Amino acid sequence: MTAQTLLRGWRGYRAVMSARLREMLQYRTAAVAGMVTQVFWGLIHLMIYQAFYRSTATPQPMSLAETVDYIWLVQALLLLMPWRTDVEIQDMIRTGNVAFELAKPADLYTLWFARILGGRAAPMLLRFPLIYGMAALFFGLRLPASPAAAGAFVLSVLAAFLLSSAITTLMTISLMWTLAGDGVARLTATFASVLSGSIIPLPLFPGNLQRVLNLLPFRGLMDVPFRLYSGNIPLSAFPRELALQLAWALTLIVLGRVLLARGMRRLVVQGG
Amino acid sequence: MPQIVVQDLCKTFRVAERDPGAWGAIKGLFHRRYRHTSALDHISFSIEPGELVGYIGPNGAGKSTTVKVLAGILVPDSGVCQVMGRTPWKQRIPHVSQIGVVFGQRTQLWWDLPVIESFELLRAIYRVPAPVYRHNVEEMVALLGLGELLDTPVRQLSLGQRMRCDLAAALLHRPALLYLDEPTIGLDAVSKLAVRQFVKRLNKERGVTVMLTTHDMDDVEALCRRILLINRGKILLDGTVADLRAQVSRLRRLVVVLREEKDWIETDEARVIGRQGPQVTLEFDPERISAPDLIHHLTSAYGVRDLYVENLPIEEIVAEVYQGAGM
Repeated sequence: MTAQTLLRGWRGYRAVMSARLREMLQYRTAAVAGMVTQVFWGLIHLMIYQAFYRSTATPQPMSLAETVDYIWLVQALLLLMPWRTDVEIQDMIRTGNVAFELAKPADLYTLWFARILGGRAAPMLLRFPLIYGMAALFFGLRLPASPAAAGAFVLSVLAAFLLSSAITTLMTISLMWTLAGDGVARLTATFASVLSGSIIPLPLFPGNLQRVLNLLPFRGLMDVPFRLYSGNIPLSAFPRELALQLAWALTLIVLGRVLLARGMRRLVVQGG
Repeated sequence: MPQIVVQDLCKTFRVAERDPGAWGAIKGLFHRRYRHTSALDHISFSIEPGELVGYIGPNGAGKSTTVKVLAGILVPDSGVCQVMGRTPWKQRIPHVSQIGVVFGQRTQLWWDLPVIESFELLRAIYRVPAPVYRHNVEEMVALLGLGELLDTPVRQLSLGQRMRCDLAAALLHRPALLYLDEPTIGLDAVSKLAVRQFVKRLNKERGVTVMLTTHDMDDVEALCRRILLINRGKILLDGTVADLRAQVSRLRRLVVVLREEKDWIETDEARVIGRQGPQVTLEFDPERISAPDLIHHLTSAYGVRDLYVENLPIEEIVAEVYQGAGM
């Protein structure tokens, strides 16, 4: 697949993305229900960390106020996590119908990636303003540290979204080998939720562990953008962090393309 | 020049086998045994532009394997396949942007979106210029009666409505060639007729080449001038519906309705194969006795109220060919 073909097909992929977005925007009730659950979880986290900070005398790598920001951003953008594979693609793979995808004049990876981008953006766009608004009005979420921090946060969230979609696409593609189910996918989701900082902010992990965490792609999902928001990561580190996020996204995209090409080759030789 | 050329196409599938039971499963972990099934065994045929060909055969005969190869989504083991001068699996994207495919069992429309949005999406994927697209949609809406369906989400369509929309979707980019895989499967009588009429017009008025796989012999009789009959990966017959009849049997049927139910005396030339009250079905060989002679003979001997000559139903012919070939 040459870059030229990809560019010429851009309108098609964009159309797929926006169609999927519109399809998912229909699920508004799910967004409201999700919001209620998440606000509830956020409040529990909030109380735990307040108790924790009150009971400790040692200075922590993150202030309580920064942690509160972090907790609420986790809830507002929880869907940045690569929770699940695309159900329809999963069905196609299970039934062998995935071969029929090749009957469309499009690059399969890009088609799926666009679909996943659109499908994941919709519920996030629905939930973010609701939870963010509530947390900012009532539960102690502050505004970004500075206008520049706000800009860095937005760009970093976009990069996190790309990264997360690359992971989701990779998880989906992995189903071509683990036909029986989404075990790999669920395992990845569980690991990611710990390693991205969505349960405990990463600065609160032990030092040795942090060195490992810094080598993994997952911190680019939540930890990086949320700490940029509160200023816990200084703006001077922003270009490096963003480049790392994008590099990981690119690496996983390339890996996904290679795996998909291999899986499809097997499929077109061995049949659906 | 033929639009589709297939020569000596072969495809073998490898199926993993294991002994039954737990022990078999464990053995299978270490040593896989494979059975090789030949889905296509030196298939050759060619199709000219504007033909409407029925591709028939029993389940597992190799029909959909052929269609998959022609559609560029399956790579054969050996043989030549050229569609409009291209090898489908080598030049996939240029190839598929010039063909249309409808698989009756699946839809390429988006489940939760109104039909028109799926159309828009396909327009973008196939890069159909806006004026061409608008003209095509209008034409499809008129031909297939889609007017009120366009704004309905696909999940709310009946099967017949969905099939009509799928047909339209496959034709928005004006392909010169259309593969239809079981397009009437599961449809009610009215929808079947609508689909058939549409395919016929498409072929006649637009000159679209159509390759139709089906189990519905009424589809074949209504639409196809030419039949390819395939079984066990081999082409058994390439000809017209009449050729197919001729190959199986010359026998014809005569249905006679008697004035009164009375004992029937069997003639030498014709055999009774069915009786229902006063209605008797005879089978005869037109080479031994011509239909007029047989009718004359019957009307002079018995009181006959009505009679008509019948062809062997194509279903039975096909079943006979399948059996004759040891199926």
